[in-house]
Amino acid sequence: MTTLDASRLPFADPPHDRAADRLGATGFGFYVYLLSDAILFASLFAAFAVLHRATAGGPTGPEVFKLPGVLLETACLLVSSFTCGLAMIAANAGRKLALTGFLAITFALGAAFLGLEVSEFTRMIAEGAGPDRSAFLSGFFTLVGAHGLHITVGLAWILILFGQLWRDGFGPGFSRRIFCFSLFWHVLDVVWIAIFTFVYLIGSQP
Amino acid sequence: MSDYQDSRAAAPRTPGEDARGGVGHWKTYAVGLGLALLLTGAAFAMAGTTLMTPASIVAGLIVLAIAQMIVHLIFFLHITTAPAHKTNILALLLTFVIILLVVIGSLVIMGQSNGLMMPMDQLMSRQR
Repeated sequence: MTTLDASRLPFADPPHDRAADRLGATGFGFYVYLLSDAILFASLFAAFAVLHRATAGGPTGPEVFKLPGVLLETACLLVSSFTCGLAMIAANAGRKLALTGFLAITFALGAAFLGLEVSEFTRMIAEGAGPDRSAFLSGFFTLVGAHGLHITVGLAWILILFGQLWRDGFGPGFSRRIFCFSLFWHVLDVVWIAIFTFVYLIGSQP
Repeated sequence: MSDYQDSRAAAPRTPGEDARGGVGHWKTYAVGLGLALLLTGAAFAMAGTTLMTPASIVAGLIVLAIAQMIVHLIFFLHITTAPAHKTNILALLLTFVIILLVVIGSLVIMGQSNGLMMPMDQLMSRQR
């Protein structure tokens, strides 16, 4: 984890590696953005918590949630967080083949998660439990959909990382970008812990 | 800012934390993954059990979620209580405070308003 470190800032006395300066400042700035993203998710959680009993006579949580699928989604995301960490280690060690492999696995697991989520959403909409059915379902689709949208952005980001790696190769710029990406991906996993606990597991208690 | 310098001089960086700011070692990630899988498994097992009362299941799930979030913060995001991480920790704590205010505040205010609402059948009869 990078920190705001006075000795690394441009105006500090000892001349430092400029690339490391930029990683420190960018890393901290991105970390603050992620914290603000966590607040965005917290407000969606608050909306869901307020609305989760407002089913308007429609389907309730235990009726629409299928926990085995959620467990599979969780496993995909957890292992992808692990391989994302390994990709960053490979990037810092300058091992291009390992980096490409781990990034590809991260992408595949993220895509598998997204596929499972999309199939869950289409099943629910086909069952008449779409976002227009009740306030509970509106809150559910907004919260879980916002997380899925973040995952989609993360997948696009991996593709861009591949493009940058192919075009520019390794360098301080690439280290900075993959560091920010891994922060983003790990935070999405933390948000998912809250979703599977509060929305799915507690939501499917009778 | 001077206490940063002092603490950094006194305590050299841990191995695996390089000058680029702590990327971690693969073993750290492996331990984190193991713990996270264990806690996830426990949470899903607890949600399906009939051995506990509903209220204790909910309490247990919340405890497991908090534990797993801490595991992720430590092993994947490498947030520690080291003095060099002071700024990060302060920003994280401020975020927690805001999140608690937003979530608990919304629940309390909406719960109160809900209690003040006219019962639905009365509301309907007045609108006629």
